[in-house]
Amino acid sequence: MDTNDSLRVASLWHSMHAISQQLSPTTGCSEIELLEADTFDLHIFQSLTGTKLFVVCEPGTQHMEALLKVIYELYTDYVLNNPFYETKIPIRCELFDINLTQAIQKDRVALLGR
Amino acid sequence: MIGTGKIKQYANVLDKPLGKGKQEVSLSAFAFLFSELVQYNQTQVDNISELETRLEDAGYAVGARVLELLCHRDKGNRRETRLLGILSFVHSTVWKVLFGKVADSLEKGTEHEDEYMISEKELLVNRFISIPKDMGTFHCGAFVAGIVKGVLENAGFPAVVTAHFVPVEGQQRPRTTILIKFAEEVLRREARLG
Repeated sequence: MDTNDSLRVASLWHSMHAISQQLSPTTGCSEIELLEADTFDLHIFQSLTGTKLFVVCEPGTQHMEALLKVIYELYTDYVLNNPFYETKIPIRCELFDINLTQAIQKDRVALLGR
Repeated sequence: MIGTGKIKQYANVLDKPLGKGKQEVSLSAFAFLFSELVQYNQTQVDNISELETRLEDAGYAVGARVLELLCHRDKGNRRETRLLGILSFVHSTVWKVLFGKVADSLEKGTEHEDEYMISEKELLVNRFISIPKDMGTFHCGAFVAGIVKGVLENAGFPAVVTAHFVPVEGQQRPRTTILIKFAEEVLRREARLG
């Protein structure tokens, strides 16, 4: 997925999220957490500040919530502490990318090892 | 009456002994503050070398104060007169107090007599900072270079201190080296002292 596609998914998702909050049949429901489709799963994590992180993965992958929490920690550490990051532009922080790939690799190894 | 603890009351607040203070500060809080410092200075300058100069000046003030404090606390009000003495002071004591560990290494430059290098795998101030490609050779370690300069100059060893990235094979992130170039008079004095 390149930058434009990611931006498209993000904006689509933002509106769907707002609509789903109103339409939800169960009371007290705050957000969509998981979207299951034939070829992929989409997991969402929403922080206390309203920042949404989502992961597109193969159907049936486990422990995505833990991975999302780890990614959120990486985001706060490497992106928000970076003086050269301006909000609302796509993230281009080297350290964030390195640590993100490491976290995903570790996750993949853990899953395959099981 | 159950024995009340006797706390010595000092008549004059200036007589109270200086406490060591809290040894630890939150890393995130510092990273955030440093990031704001860099951002603020970015709005005030026109080019990268001015930004580095500003960070160095900020560090200089810290270095001057750290020297006074450490001389009083850790060295019992003795001051260093020899070059190697002050360098090892910076390399171990100052680094320990500021960053919680001794610097990785202290080397003498091979090309020039007056150059020394303190190198570190990753400076604490740079831990969360990724420099965008278009900023070229800019190094946030200029702040630490300023601290070292403040310590050295106020101890009587005027020097020019800069921070550089040195790429290392086998590691994705380059090492950081603080290059210290002493002034002429320091070398002459050192030669005289023998």
